[in-house]
Amino acid sequence: MTYAKPAFRHPDARTNDVGCTRRDYEGGLSTLCAGCGHDSISAAIIDACFELSIEPHRVAKLSGIGCSSKTPAYFLSGSHSFNSVHGRMPSVATGANVANRDLIYIGVSGDGDTASIGMGQFAHVMRRNLNMTYIVENNGCYGLTKGQDSATMDTDSVSKKGDINPYMPIDLVRVGIEVGATFVGRSFSGDKEQLVPLIKAAISHRGFALLDIISPCVTFNNHQGSTKSYASFREHNEAMPVDFVPRREAITTSYDAGVVHEVCMHDGSVLRLQKVNEEYDIEDPQSALQAIAHHAKQERILTGLLYINRNSEELHDVLQTATKPLNTMSQRELCPGSRFLDSINAGLR
Amino acid sequence: MQPKQAINDFVIKFANVNGTGSASANGMFAKAIFRMGIPVSPRNIFPSNIQGLPTWYEVRISQDGYLGRRGGIDIMVSVNPQSFAKDVSEVDPGGYMVYDSTKPLDLRHVRRDIHYLGIPLTEMCLREYTDSRQRQLFKNVIYVGALAALLNIDFSILKDLVSEQFKGKEKLITPNIQALEMGHQYASTHFECPLGVHLKAGEQNPKHIEEFDHILMDGNTATALGAVYAGATVAAWYPITPSTSVVDAFEKYCRRLRIDPGTGKKNYAIVQAEDELSAMGMVIGANWNGARAFTATSGPGVSLMSEFLGLAYFAEVPAVLVDVQRAGPSTGMPTRTQQSDIFAAAYASHGDTKHVLFFPATPAECFSMTVEAFDLAERLQTPIIIMSDLDLGMNEWMSPPLEFDDSYRYDRGKVLNGEELEAMTERFGRYLDVDGDGIPYRTYPGAHPTKGAYFTRGSSRDEYAAYTEDGDVYVRNMDRLLKKFETAKSLVPEAKVKPAAEPTQDALLFFGTTASPAYEALETLEKEGIHLDTLRLRSFPFTQEVEDFIEEHDRIFVIEQNRDGQMRRLLLNETNVEANAKLISVVEYDGLPVTARKIASVIRGAMGINNVTPLVPQEKELA
Repeated sequence: MTYAKPAFRHPDARTNDVGCTRRDYEGGLSTLCAGCGHDSISAAIIDACFELSIEPHRVAKLSGIGCSSKTPAYFLSGSHSFNSVHGRMPSVATGANVANRDLIYIGVSGDGDTASIGMGQFAHVMRRNLNMTYIVENNGCYGLTKGQDSATMDTDSVSKKGDINPYMPIDLVRVGIEVGATFVGRSFSGDKEQLVPLIKAAISHRGFALLDIISPCVTFNNHQGSTKSYASFREHNEAMPVDFVPRREAITTSYDAGVVHEVCMHDGSVLRLQKVNEEYDIEDPQSALQAIAHHAKQERILTGLLYINRNSEELHDVLQTATKPLNTMSQRELCPGSRFLDSINAGLR
Repeated sequence: MQPKQAINDFVIKFANVNGTGSASANGMFAKAIFRMGIPVSPRNIFPSNIQGLPTWYEVRISQDGYLGRRGGIDIMVSVNPQSFAKDVSEVDPGGYMVYDSTKPLDLRHVRRDIHYLGIPLTEMCLREYTDSRQRQLFKNVIYVGALAALLNIDFSILKDLVSEQFKGKEKLITPNIQALEMGHQYASTHFECPLGVHLKAGEQNPKHIEEFDHILMDGNTATALGAVYAGATVAAWYPITPSTSVVDAFEKYCRRLRIDPGTGKKNYAIVQAEDELSAMGMVIGANWNGARAFTATSGPGVSLMSEFLGLAYFAEVPAVLVDVQRAGPSTGMPTRTQQSDIFAAAYASHGDTKHVLFFPATPAECFSMTVEAFDLAERLQTPIIIMSDLDLGMNEWMSPPLEFDDSYRYDRGKVLNGEELEAMTERFGRYLDVDGDGIPYRTYPGAHPTKGAYFTRGSSRDEYAAYTEDGDVYVRNMDRLLKKFETAKSLVPEAKVKPAAEPTQDALLFFGTTASPAYEALETLEKEGIHLDTLRLRSFPFTQEVEDFIEEHDRIFVIEQNRDGQMRRLLLNETNVEANAKLISVVEYDGLPVTARKIASVIRGAMGINNVTPLVPQEKELA
């Protein structure tokens, strides 16, 4: 393993619409365990941002605490980043977004950070429909403190020590649909084909986009008996193929079978989904919840875009904030001056 | 006993039941006196309840211009049978008890040393009104009318106030004025008016007020206006007494001032968070992104925000937090005042943290210090905590008019914008002490395509914001933060020192709402030949003049409204003078604002002066 990235840049490296190569979206070298699913997710974020031709400096990366929350250091080194407090990234993201609505906000969290210590903030940021992409790198355990069960661990899943988890798991996608997330997807760190378009769609979505990404912990939760291991997940994954087509690009992916459904996003881009079930309307929350529950009953984990509301009001619409970002307003625009103060004084006499 | 005689110098207290509409009638009473040009300071003493429990309104009238609580009651207006026994016992000998005489007075509550004035309020209302809500509401208006006769209040001012209060609901004006007249009429026919204790307009200018050009306003509204004037665009908060009215007032003024007339869009955002943790997180996120953001809370909220305050201190993100203190710990007495969050605020969070604190004493200072706090938070890239309290925040205070200098420009601190980054040839180091004052340069997200991006984190990092667990680098950073705190000493509001009329080695030290009664006690003591220099603290870290002041005196009484003498201990901790024996704690922590009488008596006691008449008689003469 090397601790420095080579500075070499391939002269023929492909550039995107803003003149950046894929390298411009990379970050520092990962310090996570070799084979960690989280690194695959970082790579998928890099691909998604490159392919969307996002200018790196227009992204703000936010995270909480834990293995997952370290990852913003491993992608988009040209973006500002805020590695905040355990479980509190949603509030920091809310403040940041309210202050400057023009940046793209990508939050990275884990299952401990989101489903336990941060459950309150997680629920409320979705309820407010903050315009951001919220990625949960879900491995069912606390990696940095050496493998304790998290709240997303399935009932009866066996820990590395051999203990059987007696508690109910929190299914983040179902919570998301219930409390107001307007884009809810689930994927698998090992499924790049599905993950990259999903991330691209999530970033393009206007409103709160939740991506629950199963990302097995190679060190503490990848053994037999664990329901969050690579083997177990591959066996139970019911993948819904996804293709994301940014505005003005031709649709290239073609699905072999099943029903193809096209979803036109607010910015003109198109999401193409191969549906697993004809009856399932991904724009209807009850239908989505039923489909998720139906698969779960059969011990299948449904992945792909599970729910979308394309016409929602994000927080700035609700708050009716000015189009111009609040952080760019000048004293002249904000300070009423002494004459108004005179009228205040007069009213208090 | 002879009835007390006093002009423009007395304390009147109203004993009401909360939720009965007494607050607006009582407020009108205080405002009328204020409009007569007589210094007045009203205080709500209210329960943590919406309806049915005892609530009081204490009004200090002082021609000299003392605005703190004096101690003792000269006139009690009792409209609450629940608290009657206690209310009677509080009246000073020679004082008056105005009560509802619909039912005969319970003889157990009759004192021979005070004077009873019965007005059949309930009976009058029963006779006059048919609606039960009106019967309740007009009782309050009738006693204000009666007091107008008893105390010599200018009746035309009361009429004006009624008209202003019911602007837009004109049909309520006449019945309210009739109720006032009913009370006035009753008092004029049944009692000798005015009483020995009464008001007189047009007396000489008050001693402590140069020109009677004052306004009457509460500290929370002034704080909110300060935030508007400072250009705050984001407020994130969680409702908690006694701070809620800060954000309420901020919203009220923003609605008037910050809505684009063309688009109807708002140049501000207010987010009611799910808890105080989240409120502080939002403030930090917004400030990180270059907007001026603040929150307002009280002690329990400060506890919840402590984790984030540590992050903001260490990651060097500006934030403004208004702590309107109340009586703790835990839920404590949520509607009573205290200055007991000094430690919780100064050292909020784990690890080595220290925060800059401001201590406003008047609404005018709430306004100016809030404006200053936003500048300093950005200049120092750290949270600033404004330490108000319930007494200052929720009560109306006479204050000189608020002032704002239009030539003043915001200080946004050390921020490199896109052009400055473009022109930079050296590598940007977020935590590099370029100027030697401990304050590094920051950038806003998105400022430049290739320069200035950095990683903000609560974990140890080097000068270029790269993660490190190298002990030397960590120590270097912690020491720089301490240096920055030293720099703060030259930037925070300085303490106010006032020498005594005669040279002395004794002194008083106080801050916030303790100042008003302390200055009054000082004058009382001066008349008795006791001279003390004074220092009013206005900020933490302590400035050089605070250390000098302690150095120069032999005995310093530190007056504060908490049990443990928190400010005294902070002074011992954070100054470089040997002061343990010098600093004498004078504390009051019953939830009511400390009185001038209490301060004076403690100091007399400490000085061994015993030949003083007790302020409140030890045993009441009971019938």
